[in-house]
Amino acid sequence: MSHLARLGAAVLSLLAGTGRVVLFLLAAAHALVRPPFYFSELRRALLNIGYFSLPVVGLTAFFTGAALALQIYEGGARFNVQSVVPSIVAIAIVRELGPVLGGLMVAARVASSIAAEIGTMRVTEQIDALVTLSTDPMRYLVAPRLLAAVIAVPALVAVGDAIGIMGGWLVGTSRLGVPSAAYLQATRDFLEAGDVLSGLVKGAVFGLIVALMGCYHGMNSDRGAQGVGRATTSAVVSSAILVLAANYLMTEVFFSP
Amino acid sequence: MIRVEGLCKAFGDTQVLDGVTLDVATGESCVIIGGSGTGKSVLLKCILGLARPDAGAVLLDGDSVTRTGREAFLSRFGMLFQGAALFDSLPIWENVAFRLLRGPLRRPRAEAHEIAIEKLRRVGLSPDIADLYPAELSGGMQKRAGLARAIAADPEIIFFDEPTTGLDPIMAGVINDLIRGIVSEMGVTALTITHDMGSVRAIADRVALLHAGTVRWQGTVAEMEATADPYVTQFIEGRADGPISALR
Repeated sequence: MSHLARLGAAVLSLLAGTGRVVLFLLAAAHALVRPPFYFSELRRALLNIGYFSLPVVGLTAFFTGAALALQIYEGGARFNVQSVVPSIVAIAIVRELGPVLGGLMVAARVASSIAAEIGTMRVTEQIDALVTLSTDPMRYLVAPRLLAAVIAVPALVAVGDAIGIMGGWLVGTSRLGVPSAAYLQATRDFLEAGDVLSGLVKGAVFGLIVALMGCYHGMNSDRGAQGVGRATTSAVVSSAILVLAANYLMTEVFFSP
Repeated sequence: MIRVEGLCKAFGDTQVLDGVTLDVATGESCVIIGGSGTGKSVLLKCILGLARPDAGAVLLDGDSVTRTGREAFLSRFGMLFQGAALFDSLPIWENVAFRLLRGPLRRPRAEAHEIAIEKLRRVGLSPDIADLYPAELSGGMQKRAGLARAIAADPEIIFFDEPTTGLDPIMAGVINDLIRGIVSEMGVTALTITHDMGSVRAIADRVALLHAGTVRWQGTVAEMEATADPYVTQFIEGRADGPISALR
């Protein structure tokens, strides 16, 4: 009975937590469409989430594309189909690895930074100060970050896709002896607009998840350094898990046979 | 006039505020004293709408400060937080001019900058610090910058939350003098919470002692010094023995 009670309590806690996140998202969506709009905060968030994440997303995509080319060449050699390297690299990067690894990298860098920043503001009364200065924290802090992430992460994914394909091309042409023109032609032939589009949609959803988790855990941070630390960890872990779960669901929707 | 009527607030089984009733007349400086954990900050948060009271009401000039009226209330209001609560991501002048750069009180940027510099001067800070960030200032300077932000939009009501906590006696004296000067000069209604008796004597027109969730005693500073109320005398003399338990 006690096991059953514990299970019930865990399920109730999970449902309550989900409900709180959904209510938070609805409040943020409401804040997004109602003035005043804080464009300077949006610009700052775009820089932080998009521009400053470029190096980590770019390097991740480059090395993934390069390693993928080697793996596919090695695996393809068993069936004498080494020629599929450019097309498989392109499809894998654009459909799956670009968005997912980009989303995870952004989750690690951005969810933590948002949760730590907002959590620190919570425990040092800066959020109370915003309220006393007639400024709604949902509009000033949360809405610009959500919007910036939804705009910036697909852009990061697009750049990451290009860099990832370039990583594969570099290894393919320099190490595997594939002629450059043939590699690029194969990439162009096999890649479809839908592949790119699905990756960008995934990027937008991952951006929303990452910013939402960062803001939610930051705004609900407990007191003290430990509280902020816990909020940061929760933001990164929950956004990483949700990015992977959402990726599976969207892959089912876009590509299920 | 601010009127707090029968305000109650509990956290779980702990009844922090148990029917607090308090009037603060227009232009008056009221200081609420009380030991740590007696609900002074909770009272302030309930008045501001940062915490929702379980019962009771806050009236401003006779009108209830409900959720809809809160905006109007806050637009007439300034606050100095215990830790100054300056925004880390903004330079000092933008912190001071925060209200003047956005919302209904918005001014052109150059004018807001000019006002911020004037307010910084008013609290004894040099314009040289205007472009620094809060982390680059000492605690006392942050407190003064917080005070400049509180008065930037020329509010009618100012709340001070533990204005001298964490400051050395000289800097505490500077802050007390600034608060007294600003309150008298601007003719604002001030509500301060503190357990620093130096602040009480420097700032207060009237003192209220909060104990066990209610206003236990209130009167002028002169009445406070003369009263035989055992709660007040224990508090102002800082004695461990008396009706206020040292264990909380």
